[in-house]
Amino acid sequence: MPVRPTAPSSRRSPLRLLLTAALAVTAPGALAACGSGSGSDPDTVEVSYKQSTDNQVRVMDTFLADVKKQFEKAHPGKKVKLVPIKAPDSEYYTKVQQMLRSPKTAPDLVYEDTFLINSDITSGYLKPLDDYLAGWKDWDQFIDTAKTAAKAEDGKTYGVPDGTDTRGLWFDKAIFEKAGLPADWQPKTWADVLDAARTIKRKVPDVIPLNVYTGKPAGEAATMQGFEMLLYGTEGATRGGADPLYDEKSKKWKAGTQGFKDALAFVETVYKEKLGPEVSDALDPNISTRVRGELLPEGRLGINLDGSWLPQDWLPGSGHAWPEWSEKLGLAHMPTQNGQAPGKVSMSGGWTWAIPDKAGNPDLAFEFIKTMQSKANAQKWYIANSGIAVREDVAADPAYAEAQPGIKFFTDLVSSTHYRPAYPAYPKVSTAIQEAMESVTTGDASVAEAAKNYDEELRTATDDQVIEE
Amino acid sequence: MTGPAGTRATATAPKPAAAKAAPGPPHPTVRALTRALPLTPATVLLLLFLAGPIAYCAYIAFTDLQLTGQAEDSFIGFENFRTAFGDEAFLNAVWLTLVFTVVSALLGQNTLGLALAALMRRASKPVRTLVGGIVVTAWVLPEVVAGFLLYAFFRREGTLNAVLDWLHLPTQNWLYTLPILAVSFANVWRGTAFSMLVYSAALNEIPKEITEAAEMDGAGGWRRMWHITLPMIRRSIGTNLMLITLQTLSVFGLIWVMTRGGPGGKSQTLPLFMYEEAFQKSMIGYGTAVALLLLVVGSLFSVIYLRLLRTEV
Repeated sequence: MPVRPTAPSSRRSPLRLLLTAALAVTAPGALAACGSGSGSDPDTVEVSYKQSTDNQVRVMDTFLADVKKQFEKAHPGKKVKLVPIKAPDSEYYTKVQQMLRSPKTAPDLVYEDTFLINSDITSGYLKPLDDYLAGWKDWDQFIDTAKTAAKAEDGKTYGVPDGTDTRGLWFDKAIFEKAGLPADWQPKTWADVLDAARTIKRKVPDVIPLNVYTGKPAGEAATMQGFEMLLYGTEGATRGGADPLYDEKSKKWKAGTQGFKDALAFVETVYKEKLGPEVSDALDPNISTRVRGELLPEGRLGINLDGSWLPQDWLPGSGHAWPEWSEKLGLAHMPTQNGQAPGKVSMSGGWTWAIPDKAGNPDLAFEFIKTMQSKANAQKWYIANSGIAVREDVAADPAYAEAQPGIKFFTDLVSSTHYRPAYPAYPKVSTAIQEAMESVTTGDASVAEAAKNYDEELRTATDDQVIEE
Repeated sequence: MTGPAGTRATATAPKPAAAKAAPGPPHPTVRALTRALPLTPATVLLLLFLAGPIAYCAYIAFTDLQLTGQAEDSFIGFENFRTAFGDEAFLNAVWLTLVFTVVSALLGQNTLGLALAALMRRASKPVRTLVGGIVVTAWVLPEVVAGFLLYAFFRREGTLNAVLDWLHLPTQNWLYTLPILAVSFANVWRGTAFSMLVYSAALNEIPKEITEAAEMDGAGGWRRMWHITLPMIRRSIGTNLMLITLQTLSVFGLIWVMTRGGPGGKSQTLPLFMYEEAFQKSMIGYGTAVALLLLVVGSLFSVIYLRLLRTEV
């Protein structure tokens, strides 16, 4: 091949063009990286939210698309960009936190679980909303407890809740009938719950008597729907009304309480006596999807300790529509350990809309919140999502209370519900609880050993901010 | 890819410009620099996108950086490494990583790959094509797909138990009782093709005369294998061992899909442990420190192989 010192220009120009194009494409990116703002244009609100991993469930997508339409109509020239993140909860948190770290990737509005919001506030990922809220008259309609869901230790509010949830016992009436248990079942104590499960095991052998979420694969579902529903009903928690996990006075986490061991013992009993799902199924990361999608609708589960949101998966158009669920399933509140006052236990969490600290268009983002959380839209959302209202005007609206069976039952639990001590260390504490649950579920450790391991983990997770009882 | 002519062309292309400045042949350093010139873009990109992040990782391994839950991160020296060696879960992960690597790479993929390669040399062409096709298919499947297939095979209501049941043998939930062996088997199933291909190539390099001569001298199959074949493909064995070990050390998706490292951490190898610490417990600093330790484990294996590889020729 003859060597040409200089290629003819016709051969070189495409190369030059390519280089110029490459530079032209990369330069703005590089420049934007140096600037601040979410790298988006000032007329677009980027909204990131959690998309269900179940392709059939598109409740949130539908709702947000509707709000987007309203917003763009009311704000000519402004655009909304929806950024769905399709992941199970724990992976959604991780993804969002990584997005929040950089102004280039931070959205303008982010859907934050109250479980993690304090942690993210401490990291400086979110903006305080007090100035915005002061100028928004609808904020007065929000229930006080819900307002505190996203209030940080600095007294500022960082998120607008879009509903809350409560928890209780769902039971299969057909299975109960076969087992000779009452259709209006309402256990008074933990022992009643276990006895009912034992009865089912004896008389209806081919179903799972009782589901209590457990172990690390189930994640926060195990901690909150499982463990805390027990722990917050133990003697220590109900007597003084003190939080069984965290001591407000000394600002320390509680180690080795009797209540903790009692709650673990309950979990151990469920799996040791084979009253729950097969241990390997209970420790399958997809257990909660299976419970909602298969076990309950197919009548293969007697009692399920679970959240108020289950029916959202059974609404018409959700893919596993199960309109007759309200005839097939009964509801009972979770009793306290020995039936002591107040008699019922519920935990509440929920999600909030927050504005990232590095958001490019915070003002526009708050405008979007206003549209999304107006009475009409909020009501639409609570009903679509089987959420519990946090706006008083909606809670009082008969159209809401009668929209779906079960809403009244779960809304009434709000009066006796507990919120998690969602301080920054909470996610790690929660993981430690899941590990303790898992070890008694598999039989790897006795209750005493598991509680001891929890105490050690707790010290690590909270930098020794631990108080012995 | 270019021939010597091509290389020279690029090296001498800027020469006219240099020639103006200094008549005669250019200074050796100048020449070295001009020759390095075409490599600069690639080098800069590598430094920027490969060495940069690695250096940053090495740095954050010595900090208490968290994904969430703290305002400031600070330099803490060797604290993360001290934590690791006092952490039972970490030691468990190291142990399981060794088990997983030895069982699935050294014993499984390696010997099975060699056996398949040796057997296929003697097989007829259709058999060779069929077996090779099946084995390679397992290898080209995406990791996640392979994970789901094997999950379906091993789970309680899975294929394996259906077969055992049909044979009236006792069944069990393999993913629950023997998770590390189940994922090791999965890795063997998925990765054997690579070793098979390496060894097929190596065996084809052995001159026929030598094997024939040994046969004439009355050496049986095993002796031929031991005294002729193995020593002659020694280098390939070393290369293959090194490659599959490094691949196996970093297997994540397969185990994640099948067991998530469970139950109770019984199949949690280092990559899964790392993921949990860094992304589920948000301890990025600690997770990265573990990643560096995984790198050390990999280097140790490599050093051992390199030493074994030394030929006395």
